[in-house]
Amino acid sequence: MYLGRVIGRVVATQRLPGLLGEKLLIVQPLDEKGETAGESVVACDVVDSGLGDVVHVCDGRESSMALRDPFVPVDATIVGHVEEFEHAEPAGAGGETRTGRE
Amino acid sequence: MKIGRVVGTVVTPVQHPAYEGRRLLAVRPVNPDGSEAQDRLFIAVDRAHAGVGDRVLLMAEGSSVRDIVGDARAPIRCAVVGVIDEIEIEGRAVYP
Repeated sequence: MYLGRVIGRVVATQRLPGLLGEKLLIVQPLDEKGETAGESVVACDVVDSGLGDVVHVCDGRESSMALRDPFVPVDATIVGHVEEFEHAEPAGAGGETRTGRE
Repeated sequence: MKIGRVVGTVVTPVQHPAYEGRRLLAVRPVNPDGSEAQDRLFIAVDRAHAGVGDRVLLMAEGSSVRDIVGDARAPIRCAVVGVIDEIEIEGRAVYP
């Protein structure tokens, strides 16, 4: 599971029956500093996310557990909107709080 | 399992129902000696009452996490399952 920002959406009319009705968004994974980490992925969305939202993504086999049909070929699903991410350095030197929506 | 360092907490007011009442932590995987591992940041459900700065045991993937949270259909993949007190490599204490 990781943090990401919604950077786009995908429309695919023709798809497997189990995937019909699932919203597809493009998510850029982020690190704890809010910087991009790795390559973007296409993820299903069950929490009605929009462009620019910072989200919590579940990956792997468990990602399809959030969908109506838990046996579909999906490897990432957005399962939460991040409102607040508190990041503190180990030395306790000035933690910071970020808000998800910018 | 991986060894990780808790670097933050995550608040998600809008979320899948399986996450209700669960605390989310941001965990950065580290090598046993404490140096940062070549890995990505993980978001994990807290099952060990861990706090920011703690060295923890991270279950990074797999159905066993669904067993831990007691819901076989939960879209939950990562959990913090322990707070590490000591790490020893080849007889030498490397943590704390």
